[in-house]
Amino acid sequence: MNAAWLPPMALSTSLLAAVVIFALPENAWRWRTGVNLGAALVKLTLVVLLGYRVVEGHRDTFRFPVVEGIDFVLRADALGMMFAGLSSLLWLCTTLYAIGYLEGSPNRKRFFGFFSLCVGSTLGIALAGNLFTFLIFYEMLTLSTYPLVVHRGTPKALDAGRVYLRYTLAGGTVLLLGVVLLYSLAGEHSFALEGSGLEVFLPDYRGLLLLIFALLVGGLAVKAAMVPVHGWLPRAMVAPAPVSALLHAVAVVKAGAFGILRVVYDVFGIELSVELGMTTVLAVAASITIVYGSLRALAQEELKSRLAFSTISQVSYIVLGISLFGPFGTIAALTHLLHQGLMKVTLFFCAGNYAEELGIHRIDELNGAGRRMPLTSLAFTVGALGMIGLPPVAGFITKWYLGMGAVQAGMPWVIVVLVAVSMLNAMYFLPILYRLWFRLGPAHGHGAWPEERRLGHMETSAWLLWPMVATALLSLGAGLFAAMPFSPLGWATAVALGDYLP
Amino acid sequence: MSMRFGLVESSQMVLPLTYPALWVALCLPCLLGVLGAWLRPQRTWPILLAGLPLVASGIVLLMIVEQYGLQRWQLEWGKLTVQLRLNGLSVLLLLLTQGLGLVAALYTPGELRHADPAQRSLERWLWPLLGILISSLSLIWVAADLLTLYVALELMGLSAVAMLLLPGKVEALVAGIRYLLLALVGSLMYLLGVALILGHWDRLDLAGLVQVVEAGPVAWTAAALLGAGLALKAALFPLHAWLAPVHGNAWVPVSALHAALVIKASLFILLQLWSVLIPDSIFAAQLVAWLGVIAIFWGGGLAWRAVELKSLVAYSTVAQMGYLMVVFPLLLGPGISASVQVLAWQGFWLYLVGHALAKAAMFLAAGNLILATGKTSLQGLVGASRQLPLSLLAFGVASVSLIGLPPSAGFTAKWLLLRAMVMQAQWAWVAALLLGTLLSAAYVFRVFRYSFVETSPHYAFRALPPWLDGLALGLALASLLLGLFAYGPLNLLQGDR
Repeated sequence: MNAAWLPPMALSTSLLAAVVIFALPENAWRWRTGVNLGAALVKLTLVVLLGYRVVEGHRDTFRFPVVEGIDFVLRADALGMMFAGLSSLLWLCTTLYAIGYLEGSPNRKRFFGFFSLCVGSTLGIALAGNLFTFLIFYEMLTLSTYPLVVHRGTPKALDAGRVYLRYTLAGGTVLLLGVVLLYSLAGEHSFALEGSGLEVFLPDYRGLLLLIFALLVGGLAVKAAMVPVHGWLPRAMVAPAPVSALLHAVAVVKAGAFGILRVVYDVFGIELSVELGMTTVLAVAASITIVYGSLRALAQEELKSRLAFSTISQVSYIVLGISLFGPFGTIAALTHLLHQGLMKVTLFFCAGNYAEELGIHRIDELNGAGRRMPLTSLAFTVGALGMIGLPPVAGFITKWYLGMGAVQAGMPWVIVVLVAVSMLNAMYFLPILYRLWFRLGPAHGHGAWPEERRLGHMETSAWLLWPMVATALLSLGAGLFAAMPFSPLGWATAVALGDYLP
Repeated sequence: MSMRFGLVESSQMVLPLTYPALWVALCLPCLLGVLGAWLRPQRTWPILLAGLPLVASGIVLLMIVEQYGLQRWQLEWGKLTVQLRLNGLSVLLLLLTQGLGLVAALYTPGELRHADPAQRSLERWLWPLLGILISSLSLIWVAADLLTLYVALELMGLSAVAMLLLPGKVEALVAGIRYLLLALVGSLMYLLGVALILGHWDRLDLAGLVQVVEAGPVAWTAAALLGAGLALKAALFPLHAWLAPVHGNAWVPVSALHAALVIKASLFILLQLWSVLIPDSIFAAQLVAWLGVIAIFWGGGLAWRAVELKSLVAYSTVAQMGYLMVVFPLLLGPGISASVQVLAWQGFWLYLVGHALAKAAMFLAAGNLILATGKTSLQGLVGASRQLPLSLLAFGVASVSLIGLPPSAGFTAKWLLLRAMVMQAQWAWVAALLLGTLLSAAYVFRVFRYSFVETSPHYAFRALPPWLDGLALGLALASLLLGLFAYGPLNLLQGDR
């Protein structure tokens, strides 16, 4: 039985929420909060339902023709549900956080309206059933993020917005060209097909296939912030913390990484990608990005910039996992899609809390903050240890599987990269933890916080605190209970063994 | 090609029901215009009520065409024969004209209410001129002989010039008179072309001409004369210089109709006549295409540097017409495979319709922004995102279609065109289309960059009635949704209908 209404309904929750929010007046705070949270909960429920139906073996599909031979397709499959689940769960957390974060600031209607549109676009990307539909939502994501990047309206924010558009629109154009070429070569191509169907073109059109692969992945790499097209991401950190948290750590960069997953697994197929020799290129590009991002992170003095460069580095683990073309590499890539999202959101929430409660933006201002804000600092510690890859936090699993995948794929040099980068991760995260817990600071009577505000009864406002605690617990839980059937690892393994064995 | 325009001899009987619908569609706008001059409506609901029968006639004609295919009429007055035909394309354009005309009429009271009283002395005349404009546009879409086309083209051009002159400002007069002179030159060239055709082949009906025209110096000369005259009226590069000054001083609904429909009508006639006269020409189509490539970048560059909001929108029209010009070699010429031609044909009209909706929406939104801020420059928009979110949203949605980002009619059309170009291996035009997209994004986002500025003092903004924004947003959304739901309209465009 095909429940065709389910995917469009899940999609329309956030789109409708955006419309309603735009229609509400600026000062209707309660209504807006209600609509936001209600839509987030409804959507989470629908996505869980969709996921359940995918486990049951259904592939709910909704389609209608746009022009002759090209359909708009929304389709729930196992891979898409991973991304959909991640974005819906984190939408709920981030909405709660954003309500607290933006309290009393202007233009909240605009913010939440576009925020909902963004999340709707992410879900569309997750559910897109062919490249045409994917492209539609991919560009929608670009456009709806722009107002969030320039939200503050300062010259710096406006410049960041301009750079962001330059990169993403250029990337989108490259992607468009690739998709048009692919459609012209092979016609409509659904993600649902078994095997790629493109092998038949290999003898005659090898060069064209290579070009298409390069255009598609090149266009997607812009959003995935791979070196050398990563320049927009650190600049976009001028946006408010919830935007950095959800969009730049999760939605936008993950949309790029998810797109690369789709292209390699569902458009070309892993065998054809290996045959074309593109996986090695991807592995090298991902490794360069991983190392470069970590090195740059080491040099940052601002907390958010350090996290941004760390994102650049971490997202490419997903690409690296893809390029190892074995079950372990695939599992690593899929798991990291979820784990990195959880951990990075936590870290950005913490950074936002330090900035809101104590006015801290630079790393050297963090001395002794663990005493003043123990829960925030604990959450930060969990996230940071996860990023370094220490068990039992979720990040460990990725690195373990990546290593196994590298051995399996016969690319031992990847292990060297992994070890080196873990060292680098430790080098840029451990000093922060040291400052948080072991250095004496204003909380011990030495100096003063840059700009202290007492936002709540606890260490900070409850709106800011609890979403962060939740995501920290989830990152911890995803690592501790990785062996359970519906953990990220369990789901990724099912996806990898079910669909993607080369 | 000419078959796609419905220019075929057919012995099919005309359904009796079609006559009243056709007469309503052609004559009612004029009558309503006269009524408007007499009553001078200040509210929107009488306009809406009066417009409903008009749109109903269009819908009836649409249903007839969907059901029974191509319709042809032959009206005779003494020695004069008027040939009319209605196929999927013309009925779509007819509906577009009626819809946009109605929106412009609905917008007019709001515009006049806020206009400078000194400029309102002639406002009474706006209504009949609007009526004549809609009638003549409708006639252009259905006319199938050169004489009727000429009459309709003249009526349209003169009423458009008169409407642009109405505000009575000196700049408007200067720009309008220049436009009038150029339009007359264009008409003269058109007439010369018609005279040549009449002298050589002794007939003016297009369907008949398709049968008798053979390639040769006469056809080429006639095509060149007609082409130059119409290109001047359509503001095709490099004959576009009159366009921006005209828009700078006109009333908003007039600008919207002009950019959306008037210049498109000349392009429509141009493509139609060339498909009759020079269906296999390589050189002419190539020339137009290369001029189009230059237009994309020239117009885009001018829009990028524009200081005034309205001239930004107007220059963007020059660039957007360039995209349509680039398609010419995929429509005209020998050796174009049928599949490429279908894609190009669909893409061309979808782009034209999408652009008409988006550009009208953009003019209305720009008009709202100017009315509310009281400033005509881009600089004047500083801080507008806080005060005028709806106007900006309408502008934004319209620009999505204009840039050609998904999901919008502009995107779907570009997709079709890109596929046609890739199949024909025309890489230069693929590059022009893609780079042009980036350029249009660059100039459109300048507007938003100003509007998001928060650090400057806030100006006092005038409150606008919400339906002004509603009209702009409605048009913009129509252009957006057309991209997703293009299947039905595109099916209607196939020549066999």
